[in-house]
Amino acid sequence: MARSISYREAINEALAQEMERDPAVVVLGEDNAGGAGAPGEDDAWGGVLGVTKGLYHRFPDRVLDTPISESAFIGAAVGAATRGLRPVAELMFIDFMGVCFDQIFNQAAKFRYMFGGKAVTPVVIRAMYGAGLRAAAQHSQAMYPVFTSVPGLKVVLPSSAYEAKGLMIQAIRDDDPVIFCEHKAMYDTVGEVPQESYTIPFGEANVVREGGDATVVALGRMVSVAEEAADELAQAGVQCEIVDPRTTSPLDADTILESVEQTGRLVVVDEAGPRCGLAADISALVAREAFGALQAPIGTVTAPHTPVPFSPSLEDLYIPDAQQVAAAVKSVVDWKR
Amino acid sequence: MSDERIGRVAMPKWGLSMKTGKITEWIAAEGDEVEEGDDLAEIDTDKIAGTLEASEGGVLRRIVAEAGTDAPVGCTIAVVAPAEVPDAEIDAVVAEAREQLARGVPEEDDGPRTETAEVGGRAISYASLGDGDEVVVLVHGYGGDKNSWLFVQEPLAAGRTVHALDLPGHGASAKDVGDGSLEFLADTVLGFLDAVGARSAHLVGHSLGGAVVTAAAARAPGRVRSLTLVSPAGYGPEADADYLRGFAAAGTRRELKPQLLKLFADESQVNRQLVDDLLKYKRLDGVDAALAALLRTLLGEDGRPALDVTGLLGVTPVAAVWGAQDRIIPPSNAASLRAAGAGVRVVEGAGHMAHMEAPAAVVAAVEEALKGS
Amino acid sequence: MHDKALLRAYRTMRTIREFEERLHSEFATGDIPGFVHLYAGEEASATGVCAHLDDHRDTIASTHRGHGHCIAKNVDVKAMMAEIYGRTTGSCHGKGGSMHIADLSKGMLGANGIVGGGPPLICGAALAAKLRGEGGVAVAFFGDGGSNQGTTLESLNLATVWNLPAVFIAENNGYAEATAATWSVGGGSIAARAAAFGMPGRTVDGFDFFAVHEAAAEAVERARNGGGPTLIEVQLTRYYGHFEGDQQTYRAGEVQQARNELDCLKRFRDRVTGDGTLTAAQLDQIDAEVARLIDDAVAEAKAAPLPTRADLETDVYIQY
Repeated sequence: MARSISYREAINEALAQEMERDPAVVVLGEDNAGGAGAPGEDDAWGGVLGVTKGLYHRFPDRVLDTPISESAFIGAAVGAATRGLRPVAELMFIDFMGVCFDQIFNQAAKFRYMFGGKAVTPVVIRAMYGAGLRAAAQHSQAMYPVFTSVPGLKVVLPSSAYEAKGLMIQAIRDDDPVIFCEHKAMYDTVGEVPQESYTIPFGEANVVREGGDATVVALGRMVSVAEEAADELAQAGVQCEIVDPRTTSPLDADTILESVEQTGRLVVVDEAGPRCGLAADISALVAREAFGALQAPIGTVTAPHTPVPFSPSLEDLYIPDAQQVAAAVKSVVDWKR
Repeated sequence: MSDERIGRVAMPKWGLSMKTGKITEWIAAEGDEVEEGDDLAEIDTDKIAGTLEASEGGVLRRIVAEAGTDAPVGCTIAVVAPAEVPDAEIDAVVAEAREQLARGVPEEDDGPRTETAEVGGRAISYASLGDGDEVVVLVHGYGGDKNSWLFVQEPLAAGRTVHALDLPGHGASAKDVGDGSLEFLADTVLGFLDAVGARSAHLVGHSLGGAVVTAAAARAPGRVRSLTLVSPAGYGPEADADYLRGFAAAGTRRELKPQLLKLFADESQVNRQLVDDLLKYKRLDGVDAALAALLRTLLGEDGRPALDVTGLLGVTPVAAVWGAQDRIIPPSNAASLRAAGAGVRVVEGAGHMAHMEAPAAVVAAVEEALKGS
Repeated sequence: MHDKALLRAYRTMRTIREFEERLHSEFATGDIPGFVHLYAGEEASATGVCAHLDDHRDTIASTHRGHGHCIAKNVDVKAMMAEIYGRTTGSCHGKGGSMHIADLSKGMLGANGIVGGGPPLICGAALAAKLRGEGGVAVAFFGDGGSNQGTTLESLNLATVWNLPAVFIAENNGYAEATAATWSVGGGSIAARAAAFGMPGRTVDGFDFFAVHEAAAEAVERARNGGGPTLIEVQLTRYYGHFEGDQQTYRAGEVQQARNELDCLKRFRDRVTGDGTLTAAQLDQIDAEVARLIDDAVAEAKAAPLPTRADLETDVYIQY
């Protein structure tokens, strides 16, 4: 039975159901229970934004608080994964990758290759990304392009509560290391989610809406921004096809290319920056593989090449919005040689 | 209260998730004399397109919602009344309807109620519509669910209780299918009758569901008052085993869509939402195992269709409907039913999903079976 | 110790020594690609610690100087040699090389090219062992260089906080690359750092197999019984440079002195033959067998096929 729950609840439910199903699943991270050793509640936080709340009481041995010590506990999650556990470690803000990246890209990502295909490292690293909460430069960046560039990692960007649950269960059951990127401004967004466990395969894009005039590839929270733009454009008679890749690694190139073959036009919308990101990557893909289908230059809508600013007036300008997306679509639709 | 001779044509609720429908075309025009069952309008939902039929005869006096309008379920979209009802009275009803449409809020939601029964320790989800002593139970086919009856449940529910259930392994029911045998499924249907307090019922089955209701009638002839079979499985040797295997194996949109196209005469019925909904179902834990177990009932070890229920037909009255363009279980399979004396309607313009593509024919068949009982 | 265990320990140390000495001479021929960091001189450490571990439930993580740890944890010697030669018959099918030899089936979580890379992983392996409840332990080997890495210090802390069945073996061979430990280890003692993390810390003579064996016995026993982590600083000398080709201009004459006066194999031999536990003939026989094994390993590695284009893009993911 599907019912409406939030993105946060969807992730929590996925964790709870997988912990119930598989005793190898452990959850760890700073304040994932919260209040360890403190005089108050022993399940005080459930993670800094409450995603793991309640799990500690159900699985006291398998929800571990950690010191603020990302290298040690992310590395521990990786090591535990090689020895039979299925850890889900919370990095908290994705910007904190800077203090533990070695454990992710040099250890987890490379084990299988370096060890000649004999390592199995089913670790999930949850990390919150994204601007919009006035959290400033070190707590807001969309860092997933960095992970996407690392062979050996899978990178997941759920764009709704339904996607969040199914992709999380898939991430936990997946035998490769997965970086699970949660947009922190989406935790309270609500959607229909089945109560039962289900999985969404990696590398399969979701065609969020069909339309013949332009393909809009949007990632994570930008999917809803693209939908808003598409609603506006529909009133002007422009029909957008919105493609949500769901995972940036693996990337469902086929669905993107098929869509562009139909529409002849592409706009990529990404909250990450313009350099070495998914907008550049997907644009290059389409230019390389579907050049003949293109009827206009490829449009991109991204954040600027700056850190995320603090002041609300600046942060609002930083995040791509529906008007920018609509303008970009219009410009590719109206483009004339 | 307005004149009770004035009939309001409401936006129907086809399926649980339907909130609004878009009138794509009015087939009947203002001033047309319409009979019950005549096509009035084409309506598009986010799941499927269908034809709205007149539920009573009269003159289509006024169209409230023009083609292109998105109307909430339950909103009055047209008014049907005998010619002698004065225009002023019609105008009053239309004005009220327009206001309601502008507000976008239907007066009340009288769509199917979804409930759960426990049968043999398994949760069986079902949708009920209507209220009456006579009970009709609709049983979907392999990979289907209760929502596939969206176009026939409402017309059948006038004066009757119509339940559409999810078989084990399907829809929102428990995903454990026991040994996956026909007998198990038939016993589930009979157990369902117990659970809803129905001593007897008229059973309607599509495809695998057709075989299931046939087996149920054979196991409890006293409780099954009639059978209506829509492209039933088990009545002939010809069935597209590749479809069954392909459906069971499909894990992605790319793999599933080509299979679903085979189900319909009009392939445009297979829209994104239909594919997405089926993928969402197929991704639930336990569904793969359930479909695999049922596949072993449908196909023999040689991979060919193995189900045979022709020997199970007894004294229960039977009506059958077949889509002329059915590519999964072609209408040639109807020979055995004809030989057994069942009335068989073969409907042009319908494929394997006659209850979706030609719901009026299915409703008519059920009515015929009910009369014959 | 039983005779059998002593013979096994001697065979392990001799195998490591022979393996490394042979690599030293083979490297000079130019047949071995890349970087090779030799463990010769440090044999008593890996052997004395791993003597207490079993393949199934116990895990070790190693360093860039990892051949000795691999051999002591029962990784196949011929496969190791083939790996160092970059051959498909190698432990990692030629994809890892000297710095990434691993065999998870033996509980060997890999040599590691990142100084300080192993200790966090070992916290995880120890957590897995703890939750499994079979008394398994996990051992991190690192050097004096690794002892200054934040990852190592974080791991010592986490191991205490989580009360993990972990043992940290700091192999202090005196140099992090070309930098002296006496200069780079603040406070002078790695073992003394244990106190700051609330765990026992101990310094042992790494030339003395029996001293290492005894200290490790106590630490492993404590870990197996839920007593938490231990830090052991093993003091030793590496007989060769940081890597093969290192001219070692930063060193004085300590290697020759160590080889002559302190060598772990010599000391072991003197002790067990001196007290009559084992005979020289028994040990000589092992020496001969090991020499043949290493000869064969080199010959087989050189004859084995190199990986091809078909291998380039495999083994990145389990499914992609």
